[in-house]
Amino acid sequence: MTSFPILSLMLAIPAIAAVVCLFLSAQSARWLALGATLADLALGVILWLSFDVGGAQWQFVEYAPLFGRFAWALGIDGFALLLIALSVFLMPICIGASWQAIEKRVPEYMAAFLLTEVLMIGTFAAQDIFLFYIFFEAGLIPMFLIIGIWGGANRIYASYKFFLYTLLGSLLMFIAMLYMSITADTTSIPALMNYDFPPEVQTWLWLAFFASFAVKMPMWPVHTWLPDAHVQAPTAGSVILAGVLLKLGGYGFLRFSLPMFPEASAQLVWLVFGLSAVAVIYTSLVALVQSDMKKLIAYSSVAHMAIVTIGLFAFNAQGIEGAMLVMLGHGLVSGALFLCVGVIYDRLHTREIARYGGLANNMPRYAILFLLFTMASIGLPGTSNFPGELLALMGTYQVSTTIALLCTTGIILGAAYMLYLYRRVVWGEIKSDEVRAMPDLSRRELWLLAPIAAVVMWMGVYPESFIAPMRADTQRLLARIERAQPVSDSRPTPGTGIVPAAHAEPIAHGEAH
Amino acid sequence: MTYASQVAMTLPEIVLALGALALMLVAAWGGPSSTRAVSWTAVAVLGGACLALIGPATSGLSAFDGMYHADAFAGFSKVLIYIAAAVAILLAPSFFERTAGDDLRPEYPVLILLSAIGMGIMVSTGDLLTLYIGLELQSLAAYVLASFMRQDQRSAEAGLKYFVLGALASGILLYGISLVYGFTGSTLFYEIAGAYAAAPLSGDGKSIGLMFGLVFVFAGIAFKISAVPFHMWTPDVYEGAPTPVTAFFASAPKVAAMGLAARVAIEAMGPAEAQWRQIVIFAALASIIFGAVAAIGQSNIKRLLAYSSINNVGFALIGLAAGTPEGVAAVLTYMAIYVVMTLGSFLVVLQMRASDGQPIETIASLSGLSRTRPGLAAALAIFMFSLAGIPPLFGFWAKFAVFDAAVRAGLFPLAVVGIAASTIGAYYYLRVVKTMYFDEPTAEFGEGDKLEGGLIAAAAVVVSPLGYLAIPLLGGWTMAAAQALF
Repeated sequence: MTSFPILSLMLAIPAIAAVVCLFLSAQSARWLALGATLADLALGVILWLSFDVGGAQWQFVEYAPLFGRFAWALGIDGFALLLIALSVFLMPICIGASWQAIEKRVPEYMAAFLLTEVLMIGTFAAQDIFLFYIFFEAGLIPMFLIIGIWGGANRIYASYKFFLYTLLGSLLMFIAMLYMSITADTTSIPALMNYDFPPEVQTWLWLAFFASFAVKMPMWPVHTWLPDAHVQAPTAGSVILAGVLLKLGGYGFLRFSLPMFPEASAQLVWLVFGLSAVAVIYTSLVALVQSDMKKLIAYSSVAHMAIVTIGLFAFNAQGIEGAMLVMLGHGLVSGALFLCVGVIYDRLHTREIARYGGLANNMPRYAILFLLFTMASIGLPGTSNFPGELLALMGTYQVSTTIALLCTTGIILGAAYMLYLYRRVVWGEIKSDEVRAMPDLSRRELWLLAPIAAVVMWMGVYPESFIAPMRADTQRLLARIERAQPVSDSRPTPGTGIVPAAHAEPIAHGEAH
Repeated sequence: MTYASQVAMTLPEIVLALGALALMLVAAWGGPSSTRAVSWTAVAVLGGACLALIGPATSGLSAFDGMYHADAFAGFSKVLIYIAAAVAILLAPSFFERTAGDDLRPEYPVLILLSAIGMGIMVSTGDLLTLYIGLELQSLAAYVLASFMRQDQRSAEAGLKYFVLGALASGILLYGISLVYGFTGSTLFYEIAGAYAAAPLSGDGKSIGLMFGLVFVFAGIAFKISAVPFHMWTPDVYEGAPTPVTAFFASAPKVAAMGLAARVAIEAMGPAEAQWRQIVIFAALASIIFGAVAAIGQSNIKRLLAYSSINNVGFALIGLAAGTPEGVAAVLTYMAIYVVMTLGSFLVVLQMRASDGQPIETIASLSGLSRTRPGLAAALAIFMFSLAGIPPLFGFWAKFAVFDAAVRAGLFPLAVVGIAASTIGAYYYLRVVKTMYFDEPTAEFGEGDKLEGGLIAAAAVVVSPLGYLAIPLLGGWTMAAAQALF
């Protein structure tokens, strides 16, 4: 592979731009931030194009033992590649979405966003467990400031809740990481992924990691920081929170919990499944009764993330690939939905669903795009969420029929709350003059939403582009965890009839599975 | 070993002592007008003492039959102490210029030099009496410094409080020393260690005496490092003392007392590790939790930082509880980073003054600082996040080191409870950031001093992620220093 340190460069560009931003005027800071994020997007495209699909597990590897106890070790596999691509794709859109909405303290705002980008890419690219932790945890600081400075009325409460909730979860993980690095005598993630901890220790380590990732994910019942953070954050903050930061939890399960503690994962699969099933049904029902658009989408995120967790812990290729696709699809769709909310929020300065209505009449372009993202959120075939949800649920079905059944209700409930939202906001008669006065999408807003719409359709129609880079990694992960695979509740039982001699061989083969 | 070569090992103390005495004479005859010259000379003397550490003073040998250790541990601690003392001298003039009635007098740097001698002896001690002399020299200078603003009631109160409670602590410590001496027959650390090893702390009558001695010695030391439950003096003294003096109290003496604690725990009472570990673990967790909870209600920034120092001492003690070379190295790492963070924070506090120059100490007055003084606010935010131990700031590395040592030593419950309690601490550090960044601006602060601005910037750079590049170097030094004790 190329020895050019492209990952370090992707980290350096926004980092330097963030510092420079602080010394610029508002308008130059905007342009610099846009330029830096677009440069990172370009590098991300190069990264994807030069990624050797089916090649070595870890590519673009960089290693510099700068810090003594741990190292500056970067490198990506297919999972990380896809999530980095998602991050760099959403960042310029976030900057664009804040172009006019943010008027005060623009340079600091742009710096905070660029810093978030650095930390997100760093989290996905880190190959050293402590480097990962530093990036993972550091993301709290810029997000705390984004919510607290540029957020809504109740921003201070939301920012504290976000920070302390996620901090408490991560700290337990940190102790587990210390233990792992001491026991295994390495801090390298690839090495730890192949280190076998004794099963009884695995349970404790798994729980410590679970404390962190479950909060990040977020899983019921530790999801309550999310609606607050989303509602109070500025539009672009919500986009990045839903689009990328929520994926850190899923990525953590994929990178740490499953390969490092396979036995514990299998043992505690009931916990994940149980919490996820509750989350799907409970948060969907909660979403149904929300009167605040952002809160509704926030709760729907919790439901979607629960599909991700059941898929990940299904221990089969469909489940894991499906979960990854849901993460990507949800990143795009929920990001787009938050942008859609932001568009009308900028015009009327309220998120109350009841204040809108009949937008299809005066904002036709908006109505079409919003419809597309609504359908994608429901998981309609042809949109990004469909292949992911289908695969994840199929994978789950092989392990637990009951859980698959319970979680599939989430799709139906999802249709209910999203269509109900769409009906109340877009269809019907225009009720007030202020709504009538709202202009359709501006060119800038169109440019923000159109690329997402294109990728959403692309993922729906040809998901292979997104499955291909991670296929080999899924197989490697499965090879690692299959020894612990939980027993399915719907295994075919051997029949009692007399088996014709000629057919005995294939049936015996089937039982072996 | 010749007497001269033994004296050579104490060269840093000799440099400081001669410097302090000479400057005292200058101060006596020169009067207030010599303040500036005396201050800068004192800083130069501290620099000279740093240079004097090269050579016999860090040779790893012991002088005077083991009463004084000239090893890497002492060397590392002394560098930290001298730097902190120099900063405390440098930031005094601009503070006293603005206070009404109380001018800076040349005795201030002299007292700090004397205190530095005491602290140097504390970290070099190999004998309980050397320890006591060093401790008292440091403390007596500190009592005077606390009440340096003679016309300020709070300052006088702080000095008196510090003196009374400090005397009580010294009494407890001396009582412990007398018990240890009585039951071991020696005041030399290595002989005490032999006695502790020989008499297992169960069974015969001797062990109870040794145990009591240990408890009283540790109680006395806990007083000096202001670990809970012997922390009561800290908030009042920190609040009342002039801010430069508070900055000094929060940094150099803390390093010295932690160094002393490590020496006593490892060198003198190493064989009784199981016994003192319980005390240290209790003090660590109590300090972390109490320091964090009590800080939440504070509205005065100096009191807040006082509780923060209690909280941080708790974390440093986690490293000591491990009782391993890694643990002691972690304590030194923690103290090194802590000194930078805490001096930086106090430097920012020194910038908090109204346009007429009067110092302000309420946290509320920081409102909207990010808009009136963005650089200053960013620096304080860095210090606060760093004190909370949030990566990527360097304060995280300090916590990393101590918890790493605790996990290595198998102290899992301690590590888990300690780190979970750091969330409580994060809350009040966040509150300062929130006040600066989220609240609307209030009255603007007066202009700052160039020298202090430079020091703040330097501290912020050290604490910023750039500090991580220093880890290999810092790790090597602290490990070498810690090995000297084992």
